[in-house]
Amino acid sequence: MNTPVIEATGLNLTFETADGPVHALKDVDLTISKGEFVSFIGPSGCGKTTLLRCIAALERPTGGSLSVNGMTADAARQSRAYGYVFQAAGLYPWRTIAGNVKLPLEIMGYSKADQDEKVRKVLELVELSGFGGKFPWQLSGGMQQRASIARALAFDADILLMDEPFGALDEIVRDRLNEELLKLWARTQKTIAFVTHSIPEAVYLSTKIVVMSPRPGRITDIIDSPLPRMRPLDIRDSQVFIDIAHRVREGLRAGHVDD
Amino acid sequence: MSMTDRLVPILTVLAAILVLWYAATVRMNATWVFDQAQRAGTTVTWAEVIPQTMAQERPLLPPPHQVLSELWKGVAGQAITSKRSLVYHGYVTFRGTMLGFILGIMLGTGLAMAIVRFRVMEFSVMPWAIISQTIPIVALAPMILTLSNQMGVDNREVPKAIIAAYLSFFPVLVSMVKGLRAPDHMQLDLLKTYGASQRQTFAKLRLPASLPYFFASLKVAVAAALVGTIVGELPTGAIEGLGARMLIGSQFGQPLIMWSALFAAAILAGGLILAVGLIERLANARMGVRA
Repeated sequence: MNTPVIEATGLNLTFETADGPVHALKDVDLTISKGEFVSFIGPSGCGKTTLLRCIAALERPTGGSLSVNGMTADAARQSRAYGYVFQAAGLYPWRTIAGNVKLPLEIMGYSKADQDEKVRKVLELVELSGFGGKFPWQLSGGMQQRASIARALAFDADILLMDEPFGALDEIVRDRLNEELLKLWARTQKTIAFVTHSIPEAVYLSTKIVVMSPRPGRITDIIDSPLPRMRPLDIRDSQVFIDIAHRVREGLRAGHVDD
Repeated sequence: MSMTDRLVPILTVLAAILVLWYAATVRMNATWVFDQAQRAGTTVTWAEVIPQTMAQERPLLPPPHQVLSELWKGVAGQAITSKRSLVYHGYVTFRGTMLGFILGIMLGTGLAMAIVRFRVMEFSVMPWAIISQTIPIVALAPMILTLSNQMGVDNREVPKAIIAAYLSFFPVLVSMVKGLRAPDHMQLDLLKTYGASQRQTFAKLRLPASLPYFFASLKVAVAAALVGTIVGELPTGAIEGLGARMLIGSQFGQPLIMWSALFAAAILAGGLILAVGLIERLANARMGVRA
């Protein structure tokens, strides 16, 4: 389980803006191994989403090296190495749920029979069987986000990149989806990179927590979680959990500049 | 809203229009009645004048019922192949409108696609498209007719369609540029993560996202195509179509012909807009728009 899937060394990304250069990422070193669940946590502007977008080749780093599945991020994207889940479900309103999940399969040229089979399987995985024929507006926010996860899983990439996927949902729905995500991760053995700004969410989900800080965006702490891979929700009341959460909070505080 | 809730305001406005129209009819046509009486050396009372303002052969302003009866005569009074049938002329205008409408849709959509695909097109094409709409079509129509005649096009169908397309492509162009650009960054990024090609991005995202804009523009475009067609039928020499009918009515002092053609055009416009609305509703239902 220790094959590195994502490796970043000395990664830098500077945006040129009207007010001068902005250091979105500075000297980021990070290795993510196969089957890990890694969370990026930090205040806004710390570059956590930018880092995820670099891995997805949606942003181009200005310095350092980054490899995904042993190739460049761009090549990995072209070879459909990952599924990406955005903050908003972003389902196409003119497609049914099944149609939305089918979208990547259509683009990647799967046969009709393959498409239907994969859609059925993946909808079952996110517990949306029977909702395939519904249009997005007929579903709740949590169900829409589940559908968008199904869409990212449909073509069976072994990396799942998630950018605050549950950020817009209420706490109760978020708890349930966190639990389901862990089950899904256990069943599919995927490598997951997950951006969040919630400490409990990061600690509950991750095998590795990457704490980040803004101006310049950088990694201030990397915590390997001692929690077991399978976690019931009430693990959040255990001492180990509280200790990790404390360390994350400390890391966030240390990197926080009041301005 | 119940049917009566919707009907009441419509009928109120209609009634107000009718009252004003009849009042104006009496006022405008009375002059002629008084002149006739004076010439004959008699006097007339208002009670005698009013009925006479309602049934003149060449009224300044025909009353609604006279227009309607002329319209009915034009529609049902003769064979629809007759040169005096409004159905015949209406069909000629309808045909021209459809041809121009389709041409306008193709031109507007094509240009919009090019503009969205190649940024440079926005700066090279868009200003001309806007300028084109500032030129009065009545000034341009005779030129298009003459030009196409000189280029050896004998019939009026082609120049009429060009004039109609000239007016109708613009709303389609503006809406489609907006519609094809409607998808946000996230939706575009999503397709990028699938390694989708330009063509796929267009077919799977931009095109379907633009459809609501497309249908909104069609209602404007079909009305514009009708106006363009009628203007194309106006210049002297035209003998077919509602536009030609209007011109004949006005030139030969037959206001009833003019008014009935005008109403036929209005009915045609209403029908076209209803048809476009129906197509839009069907498309919406298919695309999951909540009713």
